[in-house]
Amino acid sequence: MNYIDSSLKVVGTRPIRPDGVDKVTGRAVFAADTRASGMLWGKIKRSPHAHARIVSIDTSKAEALPGVRAVVTSADFPDIASEEAFVGEGPMNFRDLSLNVMARGKALYEGHAIAAVAASTQAIADAALELIDVQYEVLPHVIEVEAAMAPDAPILHDDLFTAGVTPAPTKPSNIAKVVTFKKGDADAGFAEADVIVEGRYTTQPVHQAYIEPHACLVTYAPDGQITIHASSQGHFMIRAYTAKLLGLEMSNIRVNPAEIGGGFGGKTLIYLEPVAVALSRKSGRSVKMQMTREEVFRGSGPTSGATIEVKLGAKKDGTIVAAKQVLKFQAGAFPGSPIGPGCMCGFAMYDLPNVDVVGYDVVSNRPKVAAYRAPGAPITSFGVESAMDELAIKLGMDPLTLREKNAATNGTKTHYGPTHVNIGFTAVLAAVKSHPHWKSPLKEGHGRGLATGFWFNIGGESTATVHVNEDGSIVAATGSPDIGGSRASIGMMVAEVLGVSAQHVRTVVADTASIGYTFVTGGSRVTFATGMAATQAAEKVVDELKRRAAATWDIPVEAVEWKDGMAYPAGSNAGAFEPLDLASLALKQARTGGPINAEVSVNAQGAGAGFGAHICDVSVDKETGHVKIERYTAIQDVGKAIHPSYVEGQIQGGAAQGIGWALNEEYIYNAKGQMENAGFLDYRVPVASDVPMIEAVLVEVPNPRHPFGARGVGEVPIVPPMAAIANAIRSATGLRMPDLPMSPPKVRAAIDAAG
Amino acid sequence: MAKTYVSATINGESSEFLCETQQTLLDVLRDVVGLTGSKEGCASGDCGACSVIMDGRLVCSCLVLGVEAEGKTITTIEGIAQGDHLHPIQQKFLEHAALQCGFCTPGLIVATKALLDENPNPTETEARYWLAGNLCRCTGYDKVIRAVMDVAAEMRGETVG
Repeated sequence: MNYIDSSLKVVGTRPIRPDGVDKVTGRAVFAADTRASGMLWGKIKRSPHAHARIVSIDTSKAEALPGVRAVVTSADFPDIASEEAFVGEGPMNFRDLSLNVMARGKALYEGHAIAAVAASTQAIADAALELIDVQYEVLPHVIEVEAAMAPDAPILHDDLFTAGVTPAPTKPSNIAKVVTFKKGDADAGFAEADVIVEGRYTTQPVHQAYIEPHACLVTYAPDGQITIHASSQGHFMIRAYTAKLLGLEMSNIRVNPAEIGGGFGGKTLIYLEPVAVALSRKSGRSVKMQMTREEVFRGSGPTSGATIEVKLGAKKDGTIVAAKQVLKFQAGAFPGSPIGPGCMCGFAMYDLPNVDVVGYDVVSNRPKVAAYRAPGAPITSFGVESAMDELAIKLGMDPLTLREKNAATNGTKTHYGPTHVNIGFTAVLAAVKSHPHWKSPLKEGHGRGLATGFWFNIGGESTATVHVNEDGSIVAATGSPDIGGSRASIGMMVAEVLGVSAQHVRTVVADTASIGYTFVTGGSRVTFATGMAATQAAEKVVDELKRRAAATWDIPVEAVEWKDGMAYPAGSNAGAFEPLDLASLALKQARTGGPINAEVSVNAQGAGAGFGAHICDVSVDKETGHVKIERYTAIQDVGKAIHPSYVEGQIQGGAAQGIGWALNEEYIYNAKGQMENAGFLDYRVPVASDVPMIEAVLVEVPNPRHPFGARGVGEVPIVPPMAAIANAIRSATGLRMPDLPMSPPKVRAAIDAAG
Repeated sequence: MAKTYVSATINGESSEFLCETQQTLLDVLRDVVGLTGSKEGCASGDCGACSVIMDGRLVCSCLVLGVEAEGKTITTIEGIAQGDHLHPIQQKFLEHAALQCGFCTPGLIVATKALLDENPNPTETEARYWLAGNLCRCTGYDKVIRAVMDVAAEMRGETVG
């Protein structure tokens, strides 16, 4: 059924989330809060070298330390073959992940796991790590993306040959893949252009910086049954990777989803679980592992740093006739940067006749990158939206007008293939135009920037069950970890269908043995895809409730109507009966056919693409180079906001992460390829005093492929901020800042250079 | 290593524990006393997820030694509500949707309690600087600050439109 034009009683309201009280009282159980009888502490020894051959590992002294119960190295893991894995978000290879979890032969970055211990206390485990003697042959390393692409660069993998080029290369390379998209004839387009702008931009790798470090608790029982409590964006993902990396059968692994303390894509792959299983198997004891913050920075994946070249050609009236982009993305130590989405998303906001995009996926001696909120899109859009601003300036045109003139609409064929349908980009631009922020005069000394962003959003596999309890109350269970309020949105959709209040539905996240397969919480898919499964399960329950009422009244089921949580005879012809509510029907369920439940699995298609536009006012301190965000407005097409507060929260949080990416966050490496700012003091994420209120404006252009019209909302808001802020700095100072982060020293240097 | 006997008042109850001298108060609370509401996000005093109030002062419990708790009065997130009656700060965090993943929330609520104990009428800027020691990566702070300003007004007996 489709409820888009229905009058809704629950969807669109702002009830208190079902897991809220646990989270404000300290009761919520995150992975690090779990305990097991006889539990040991597991710790990882990490490489101090950016690139080194592992000559030998002597674990004997560590094993001899009292309290140490197990030590493992790569010798305790199967040497698995290369195999494409589509388990988490983005391209992944099981062998690469195995080598990332525990180095074999070579350490490929500072922080790469070399060995692990399990001991009775954390202090003993730490002492044991010091006793593991690793002999290395240090190799030349390479950190930056263009240096890694140079012909004489140190090669990370002897068996890596560039894919996507013909003829197939015969020499190994750090360039894992070349991606190309072409539409029309870009050269011919540029030849027609009256105005051309070109720019080169760089972004730094940034960490997702979830506040909860990775953690798990694992028990390997003597019969081979494994229980895992883990914080992740997908407990089915944990199960699949753990099984694959250790050569185990999935039915022997049960993963319980602990509460997750933020992920933003960074918890769509694994680091600890297979190591903890190996330690538990060897020691015969439960093993708990928890990364330190330093390990999170050194050992887990940020998103790519990149170089972005953009060229735009336009007619005098602002019509863009050609666009070109070259993207070089750091992948970290193994292939798999988000170069694909990077190549897709930069120009997807615009209706362009001639486009030429080339992207490179490049390995270097850094931690393997992980997904981070709209992976690739913020990077590519920083370049494109900065170039759009330059084009507007060169044309003498308002930056909003330039975007309106070239905006993608329904029917626009993208340069990467699909044709846009049911999109709301022009509605977003109209909301910019009419917003008081856009219309307000600029304050003295302030600058204003505008930038837009796109993310395609995904659907995919989800399972949901709806149970009618014996008293008529409802439980909805799904396989989607709740990272920011999805229990609320799922429960509200179920409540709407059943005609009950949100409080009547208890939404839970079920473990891998208790519900059907569900893909990760990522790609802004949960409220869309899992919500679709839950809605359909609730509809099945309503159908069953109507059948039970029909049987009770001995009338045809077609003569029963479900309204406001009760069965009614549909009109006077159906007969005169008192309505039956959920409690009455539940009470009689044994006599009318047994328990009333439904489980629905979907492979959801038709995730509506999301578009946003951010308006940002800044002031720049010319003495210090400090950029202050004075006012920030984020406008986005969200399809239909199921719980508007949590939709606004996604937009505000995404914008704040973008502000950090724009102004402060970066990895600082020394000459040895070691990270020098692996902590929250020196890797500076925005704090409350760094940001103003962020006004989130919800534009609702319903997605007809979702029962309530929802489209993914979590990722779009991190796409526009970097360019919005760069464009605001340009407006305030006349200076174009092409390199992120636009930190005080860089802004000050740019001011000085301009004289 | 010999352990030290420590006696403290935690969430209004007298509490005794043995801890190693190098153990932080955070580790003691989580691993010895069994109060896991205080979180470890960094163990270096940068994220505030382990915030507790010790003798009226807001501290990062990862920067305090367990033995320093001797004779002190400590309030953790578990001591903010009165039984099953939520503190107004907790209620306003829920109503304003001032949390997403909820990991930083215990620290933010404890820090807000300390703020309002000291300054019942903070400006938005004062609230933002007071809470600058509590990192939240999900919310962008907007709804957190709204919840803080709203609960401050409510606790002063004012109603906010």
